[in-house]
Amino acid sequence: MRKSKIPAILTWSVLLFFYLPIALLVLNSFNASKTGGNWGGFTMKWYAQLFSAREIWGALKNSLLVATLATAISTLLGTCAAIALHRYKGKIQNTHYCLVYVPLVVPEILLGISLLLFFVALRIELGIVTMIIAHATFCVSYVAMAVLSRLQDFDNTILEASRDLGASNWHTTRKILLPNILPGIVAGALLAFTLSIDDFVISFFVAGPGSTTLPIQIYSMIRRGSMPLINALSTILLAITFLVILAVQLIGKSQNQQDRH
Amino acid sequence: MKLKTKNILKELGLTAPSLLWLTVFFLLPTLIIFAISFKPSDPLGGVGQGWTLRTILALKNPNYPEIIWRTLWMSALTTVITLLVSIPVAYHIARARPWKRDLMLLLTILPFWTSFLIRIFAWKSVLHPDGLLKKALLFCHLISEDSLLLYRPGTVLLVMVYTELPFAILPLYAAVEKFDFSLIEAALDLGAGKLRAYISIFIPGIKNGLLSACLMVLIPGIGSYVIPDVVGGIDSMMIGNVIAQRTFVDRNLPHASALAAVMTIVMFLPLLYFLKGKKHEDGSATPAKEVV
Repeated sequence: MRKSKIPAILTWSVLLFFYLPIALLVLNSFNASKTGGNWGGFTMKWYAQLFSAREIWGALKNSLLVATLATAISTLLGTCAAIALHRYKGKIQNTHYCLVYVPLVVPEILLGISLLLFFVALRIELGIVTMIIAHATFCVSYVAMAVLSRLQDFDNTILEASRDLGASNWHTTRKILLPNILPGIVAGALLAFTLSIDDFVISFFVAGPGSTTLPIQIYSMIRRGSMPLINALSTILLAITFLVILAVQLIGKSQNQQDRH
Repeated sequence: MKLKTKNILKELGLTAPSLLWLTVFFLLPTLIIFAISFKPSDPLGGVGQGWTLRTILALKNPNYPEIIWRTLWMSALTTVITLLVSIPVAYHIARARPWKRDLMLLLTILPFWTSFLIRIFAWKSVLHPDGLLKKALLFCHLISEDSLLLYRPGTVLLVMVYTELPFAILPLYAAVEKFDFSLIEAALDLGAGKLRAYISIFIPGIKNGLLSACLMVLIPGIGSYVIPDVVGGIDSMMIGNVIAQRTFVDRNLPHASALAAVMTIVMFLPLLYFLKGKKHEDGSATPAKEVV
């Protein structure tokens, strides 16, 4: 059968399409010309300006605080949810599954407006706390799904063996189940942290005075039109993301090799 | 009997934290959208006292049918374009050599980990009136000096396809990888044309992947807000933008709430259909596990 070249060409064009705007943005962060249409020479001045912008550092601090706490809450809730969904069947778990699954497909704007109305109806003041609650809520489902997929590959007979050998339920969970699903929990937590750091829409709806996160800050910079500064900030964020993903990939690879030995 | 009660208590102990959290912070807020649609607004930007039908009746705004229609066709068109591009891409990735496949998958997943806002902003600077793309197109005499690349419905469509592509490629890749390609060979041996073999064997074979890719693109598309807001103009507003406008500009929360209720209903129809299909699939896949 003669292989068509079209899928290959299309795939590499799509990948080029993915990275071209990002590459241009990185390039422009070193461009002395403000509009970016032509090359005005190499400069680091946008980075220098960025480091003296105090509101960015404040927003970064808020983002890290919210992401850390939301990750902690959602990892705990999501892991429990996954174990329950995996271990038990029946009406309660069907409802439970729906509640965990549906937030994954509901558009962010609906989650955002519904939480805003919820907080307004209960007269809860908007701020860091409402932000953490909102983030934890949409992260629970992602953590639960990550852990659940790990549990589905897990050999249940190991648990039986542990109980047969006289270990208590708690002991079995702590010594056998948790270490085995740990990669799933770590993957879920990482996903939760990234989603929380990156979230704009939901945060924008539930933000109050003093709870500006980094994406909200970036959005207002986009609105005000300080383009070179966002280029510089974006480049730094992209570099951090790429390094983290690379590290995770390398760790994953060495662990896979260890598993095989 | 005692054992059974103990088991139920254990199940509840493990289920309650997430079940309660999601009931309070997801289910209840979703229901509140519907309740507040029957509330009047208050001049301070909150929710007024008493109940009224006026908020629902205010949805008869003459601009809304156009905006709702635009939201539907833009998200449908995004879905069609994204799927048409993603199917061959997923096919190519799934059939490539392992190292190449891993590389292409990583390159597909990476944008997913980078900031959504930054990726949209990157397009804003590419398409900017003083940006590189306009200069290139001008140089090739493809556009005139005063044509605008930003703030048009086409721009919104382009950026929507750009952000949604990884979400379609990944589930399709998973489906293609599971597909048994000897079926295609069998069809060819039996005399089917190449195109015929792919349309009647391959496409139905990856149906589940297509369905979830469709959902992954269509639903966020209907809920779009940031993309039309950043790269779109007045003639590319979508429902999400109107919700945000009523919330932040007019401070009319009940009106925003009524619009969100409309969006929820529009959304739940395809969702329910999908969940029903998914349950059957899960049911057939798990009995072996239940025996344990």
